[in-house]
Amino acid sequence: MTTTLKPVDAVLVGFGWTGAIMGQQLCDAGLEVVALERGPWRDTATDFATGFAQDELRYMWRHHLFQNVSDDTLTIRNNVNQEALPMRHLGSFLLGTGVGSGGVHWNGQIWRFLPTDFLTKSHNQQRYGKKAVSDYDLTVQDWGITYDELEPFYDQFDKVCGTSGKAGNLRGKIQSGGNPFEGPRSNEYPTPPMLQTYGPTLFGKAAAELGRHPFPHPTGNLSEAYVNPLGAQLGACTYCGFCEKFGCGNYSKASPQTTILPYLMRKSNFTLKTECEVLRVELTPDRKRATGVTYVNSAGEEFFQPAEMVILSAYILQNVRLLLLSGIGKPYDPKTGEGVVGKNYAYQTMSSVNVFFEDKIINPFIGAGALATVIDDFNGDNFDHAGLGFIGGAYIAGMVTGGRPIEMIYTPQGTPAWGLEWKHAAAKNYLRSFSLSIHGSCMSARGNYLDLDPTYRDIHGRPMLRMTFDFTGNDHKMSDYLTDRAAEVARAMNPREIKLNRRTGPWSVVPYQTTHNTGGAIMGDNPRNSVVNRYLQTWDVPNVFSMGAGAFPQNAGYNPTATLAALAYMSADAIKSQYLKAPGPLVRG
Amino acid sequence: MSKKPGLDRRHFLLGGVAAGVTGAAAAAAAVHDGELGAPPQTFRGSVPWQEGTADAPPEASGSGYLFFTPEEAAFIEAAVARLIPNDEVGPGAVEANVPFFLDRQLAGPFGRGDHYYLGGPWPKGTPEQGYQSRYSPAQLYRAAVVAIDTYVRANLGAAAFAKLAVADQDKALKGLESGTITLEGGVDSKSFFAMLLQNTKEGYFSDPIYGGNKDMAAWKMIGFPGAHYDYKEWVSRHGERVPYPPVGFKGRPGWRKA
Repeated sequence: MTTTLKPVDAVLVGFGWTGAIMGQQLCDAGLEVVALERGPWRDTATDFATGFAQDELRYMWRHHLFQNVSDDTLTIRNNVNQEALPMRHLGSFLLGTGVGSGGVHWNGQIWRFLPTDFLTKSHNQQRYGKKAVSDYDLTVQDWGITYDELEPFYDQFDKVCGTSGKAGNLRGKIQSGGNPFEGPRSNEYPTPPMLQTYGPTLFGKAAAELGRHPFPHPTGNLSEAYVNPLGAQLGACTYCGFCEKFGCGNYSKASPQTTILPYLMRKSNFTLKTECEVLRVELTPDRKRATGVTYVNSAGEEFFQPAEMVILSAYILQNVRLLLLSGIGKPYDPKTGEGVVGKNYAYQTMSSVNVFFEDKIINPFIGAGALATVIDDFNGDNFDHAGLGFIGGAYIAGMVTGGRPIEMIYTPQGTPAWGLEWKHAAAKNYLRSFSLSIHGSCMSARGNYLDLDPTYRDIHGRPMLRMTFDFTGNDHKMSDYLTDRAAEVARAMNPREIKLNRRTGPWSVVPYQTTHNTGGAIMGDNPRNSVVNRYLQTWDVPNVFSMGAGAFPQNAGYNPTATLAALAYMSADAIKSQYLKAPGPLVRG
Repeated sequence: MSKKPGLDRRHFLLGGVAAGVTGAAAAAAAVHDGELGAPPQTFRGSVPWQEGTADAPPEASGSGYLFFTPEEAAFIEAAVARLIPNDEVGPGAVEANVPFFLDRQLAGPFGRGDHYYLGGPWPKGTPEQGYQSRYSPAQLYRAAVVAIDTYVRANLGAAAFAKLAVADQDKALKGLESGTITLEGGVDSKSFFAMLLQNTKEGYFSDPIYGGNKDMAAWKMIGFPGAHYDYKEWVSRHGERVPYPPVGFKGRPGWRKA
C-alpha cells in the first residue's frame, strides 16, 4: 500500500552537492522543500572524527562511505556486442551514498572548464575541420551556454567553498602565479593557495624550466580558516593525507556538511528524510507534468510524495536511470542515433607518470586531496592540435594527495607485485617517489551510452542501469600525447628513473580511475539533441529538473564538481527569477 | 529523530527515555558501518547530533583463528609468507600477523561479501568486467584453498601447497597470478590470487587495530608515520625526514602498557 503524503513545493531526489545547493536556494525563496536521500545521515563529529578518520582499510578498501552495491549496482560492458554483467564490487569509480554523498569523499579539486570547452563541436570544427569532431564516431556537441554566462555561478560556488587558489585571469587581465589559460574570473579566489610540499615544488620548477606555466591547484582543501556567505566556518587544512576517499575530520574540506548543511538544516521549511529511495517520478496521464515521486524507505514502506517540482539531484547514474524508469524523454538508440536519454555517456581519460628519486625525501604522507602544482598548457584547445589527430587534452599535476601505503606505494618499472623484490622496492622508494597525474578529457561517441539492463534487477525489482563504454581512438591518442608531455616534465626533474602508466586497452571496471562519470542527461539548445535545456529543465516534463554531470555533453580535462555546482546555481537562479512566476518551459523547444 | 530534537535531547539528559537512547545509538552504529537497512529518519529544523554515537572503528579481538580450518591456516600462512617474505629489511606477512588479520576479515562483514553484488545470473565475463563470481570472499577463500591443494596433489607431488618447497610455492603462486593454473570448484585462479594479494597488503599496512601490521613494523620499514593528524609545520620543510615514529589509533608502544 502506498501512503500519500502532504504535497510540497519541491522534492529533491538525492542529497549530495546539488541537492544541498538546490535545497538552500529554494528554501531561501520560501518554498517548502523535502529531500529524499537513500543513504544515512552523516556528520563530521560522528562519522569521520579526527580520532579515527585516518583509516585506509575501512574507508578506502571496505567502502565505508561509498555506495553499497550489494542490493543495487549497474551492469557494464565495453560495446554493444558484449553481454553486460554487474559491477559486483566498486573499482573504477567510487560512488557516493548518504547525506553529502560524493561531496564527502571527494578530493576538493575545484576547476572551471575553459571557454572553448563549452563549444566543443563548433570551436574544434571551425579550427580543425569537420573530421576532427566526427572521426572515431564522435558525437560531441556544444553545451548551449557559454563560459561567460556560467561565470557568476562558478564564482558563487567558489565563495561557498572558500576555494584556495591564485587567479590567472582576472576580468581579462593575466595574473602572474595563476593559470594564464583559464577563462576570465570576476574575482580572486576567496582564500590564498595551499603551501606546496616538495614533490609539487620540484614539478613546478621543472615545468617552468621547460617553458610551461605552473600554478597551484585550485582547492577546496582550505589554506586558512574561512567563513562562507551562509555563515559556515571552515578550518585550515592540516595536510594529513587522508582526504579523497575519506571524510575530513577537520572541517577543512568543502563539502555539503561543511558549507551548506549547517545553514539549510535549520530552515523551518526544509525536511530531510534518510534511508528513502525514490523508485520513479510519477507523471500525469499525458506525461507532460510530474505529480511527485514514489519512494520506499528501509522499513519497506512505500509513499507517494506529491510535489510541484521534482529535482533529480542524485548521482548522474541514478538521475539517468530515473529518467528512463519514469519514461521522461526518449531513450537513446546507438543503432539509429535517435533519442536522447542515455546519450553521450563519457568518463575521464587518466594516466600517470611515477617519479623516483635516489636521494630526495618527498614525504608523500604530507598531502591533501588537491595539493598539487599544475600545468594547463595542454588542456582543451590551449595548444595547436593541427596534425595530432585528436581533440581535447588534460591538465598535468605534480600531485601528492597522501601516502596511504596500501594504495599508494610506487615501485619502478619491472618490479613484481609481491615477494622480497617487491618489499625491498617498497621500502626503498616509498619516501622518495611521487606521481604526476594526467587528467584527460573524454569525448562522447556514438557507441557510449546508458540504458536499462534487460536481465539484472535491483532489490526493488527495477532494471539496473546498463553502461556501454570504451575509450575512443581520439582519447587514446590524446592520452598518449599528454603522457609524453608529462614525461618531459618528469625527466626535467632529474630523477633516478620514471615509470609511465599509459592508458592502454579497453576500459576496465577494476582499477580505480576517477568518479567522473558524465552525460546521459545532456544539456543543449533544442529537444532533438538533448534531455535538458540550459537551466537543466527537462524538455519533455517542464517541472522536472535534472542536476549534475549528466548534463555534460562530453567531459573536459578537468574535475567536474565546480561545473556541475555552477550549473545547479544557474538552474536555481532561473527557477527563482522566472519559473516560479510562470511555471512552464524556460526555453522554447 | 522527531520534529523537536532539542526537546528530545533534554528528555535524554533527564533520563526520561533512557532506553530510547541506547536503541538509537545501536541503530546509528549499524548504519555507520556502511551497512544497509538502518531505520528511516526525518530531520527538520536543526542539525542532528547525538553524543555517544561516534563511529569508532571495529577492532579485531581475541586470539586464534575463528574462520580458518587447520588446512586453510596452513595454506594461508605458507602463501602469505611468500607474498611478503621476512628478512632484515622488514617483517614478513606472517611476522606482521597478516594471517590473523585475514581470519578476522573473512569471519566478518568483508568475508560475507557485504559490499559485493552476488546476484545472478553468473556468466563468465571479460577481464574488464572484473569480479564475476557467485562466491562471497569467504566462500572464495574456502573453495580456493581446497582447489589449490587438489591441484598441488595432482600435479606437483606434494600433499598440500604448504608442504611444497618455497621455490615451488612461488612457482605455483605465479601460475595462479597469471591464470596458467586452472582450478576446480568454480574458482577463477586470477581472481583469487588478486584478492589474496590485496588482502595480504591490507593486513600488512592497515592500522594495527585490525590485527595485522604488528608493532607497526611495516609502517616503520617504509617510513610512514601512521595516523597523524597535522603536518602543517612540515609542509615547507622540503627534503627533511619527519622524525615521528609511527602511531596508530591506539597510540604506540610507550604511550601505555602493552
